[in-house]
Amino acid sequence: MTETINGNGYLSGSNLERILKAGHFAVTAELGPPQSADGNVIRHKAGLLKGYCDAVNLTDNQTAIVRMSSIGAGTILVQEGLEPVIQMVCRDRNRLAMQSDLLGAHAMGIRNLLCLSGDHQVFGNHPGAKNVYDIDSIQMVKMVSDMRDKHIFQCGEEMKGQQPCLFVGAAESPFAHPIDFRPYRLAKKVKAGANFIQTQLVYDINAFNDFMKKVRELGIHKDTYILAGVGPLKSPGMANYMKANVPGILIPDEIIERMKEAGAPWAGKSKDELTPDDKKARAEAWKEMGIRICIELVKELRQIEGVAGVHIMAIEWEEAIKPIVEGAGLYPRPVVPLPAPQTA
Amino acid sequence: MIVAEQKSLEEIKSLVGNAEKVLVVGCGTCVTVCFAGGAREAAIVSASLRMSSKLDGNPKEVTDVTVQRQCEWEYLDEIAAQVEAVDVVLSLGCGIGVQAIAEHFPNTWVVPGLNTTFLGLPTEQGTWVERCAACGDCLLGLTGGICPIARCSKSLLNGPCGGSIDGHCEIDDEIPCGWQLIYDRLNSKGKLDMLMDIQPPKNWSTSRDGGPRKIVREDLRLNEKEESGS
Repeated sequence: MTETINGNGYLSGSNLERILKAGHFAVTAELGPPQSADGNVIRHKAGLLKGYCDAVNLTDNQTAIVRMSSIGAGTILVQEGLEPVIQMVCRDRNRLAMQSDLLGAHAMGIRNLLCLSGDHQVFGNHPGAKNVYDIDSIQMVKMVSDMRDKHIFQCGEEMKGQQPCLFVGAAESPFAHPIDFRPYRLAKKVKAGANFIQTQLVYDINAFNDFMKKVRELGIHKDTYILAGVGPLKSPGMANYMKANVPGILIPDEIIERMKEAGAPWAGKSKDELTPDDKKARAEAWKEMGIRICIELVKELRQIEGVAGVHIMAIEWEEAIKPIVEGAGLYPRPVVPLPAPQTA
Repeated sequence: MIVAEQKSLEEIKSLVGNAEKVLVVGCGTCVTVCFAGGAREAAIVSASLRMSSKLDGNPKEVTDVTVQRQCEWEYLDEIAAQVEAVDVVLSLGCGIGVQAIAEHFPNTWVVPGLNTTFLGLPTEQGTWVERCAACGDCLLGLTGGICPIARCSKSLLNGPCGGSIDGHCEIDDEIPCGWQLIYDRLNSKGKLDMLMDIQPPKNWSTSRDGGPRKIVREDLRLNEKEESGS
């Protein structure tokens, strides 16, 4: 690991860093900021997550749709007593904007950053936008690490005064193509300075085990903390859609079958035959099964050597975090106090 | 080559406006090869404008001529008289050709008949694809001769994003993933280790980001003595 710079043994001192460094199995959750300027949406969702995770991931214009900025939403989380992990994508900012926003993020009390390429803008609500991609996510990891550890801007100029101390993360999609290159690309991200890694959603434990085996062979898990991505399924339709359309997501047939079985009491009825109450009950049955499967996955992932925690992505379903964390035996969350800074 | 495609006749008509005398100027180089603005296309556009203006009840006098290259003064000199005799020049050259005409004939109103699209090549009859982004600092030596700037939708320099599926880009099934191509090529050459170096942020100042670009070759310039003597 990189040498520490705060005199307290930590790179950033973030709660996530403290939990991971102490060897606890970490839990992070995802929160999607609203497509509006309403801070109360963040406060409401924060209330659902508080106490059930070590840090909350805030997406940055996810799927290229304009939303409240991750730094703005992260500042609200800090005010609410939750710890944000802000995401930042390469699509929307050049290196000047990135560095300037990160100085501001640190000043607002934000201590974790997840560096991402970002979904291409053609998927979003401004497909005619000009994209940036001045630097890529690996270069961003290095830039931010150097700001923290070497007190320099990307141009090499020395930073005078307080540097942004961020616990730096990157993403990894273990089953994306070319699949043979994925562990090596992960190694590259860690070499660039990634302190933690968040993976794409894992449903196929066997495939993920193979990936982790390669990761262990390369020794990558010793130089970074790997958080496996998990997410509760809402319906068999969602599972089928993701399996068919989202790159890098493998969902075993067995999981899809279990989701279908959960809705079996209502199967065989046409849309018109189902009353609103039927539909509601079926949705609840599916969700219950989705949460149950998610809990099982978390428990299995916890057994894999080199997996340091889970990142739970319950998209627009933050209510699911509590039962998942409780069900997986990960509640209450441990507390690792930050030591008082050493005075010179 | 520079690859371009023709604007719609509707747009061309609106650009030409109510000019009575129109000269359609084709270009004999890149846009001839990509069938967008050569002599044949100039004749067709010219005829189309004539017919449609007749149908509109306001017939225009439309003629056409094609020069070897619109991007060199000496070829433009050849059509000076024709250019001066019309109200508007419709250039079927690339954006360089249109601007060369505007610069060379300051008294003439010139409008574009093409959209200049990219630097690329035909992969098969009727299909052209982009290959170069003219970034001014060629990286092809690092990537097995496949450009990540032009051929990765995110211009990534350190390997593929997580979005490709079976070798095609996440944004379109028809676009091959540039990084899959690079990976396969380096793999086939036993050079995958080249991908393990972290490529630093690119210096984009050699690209359009550094402002309009210019190359001056002292070895090729005519010296003042020769210039004044010629």
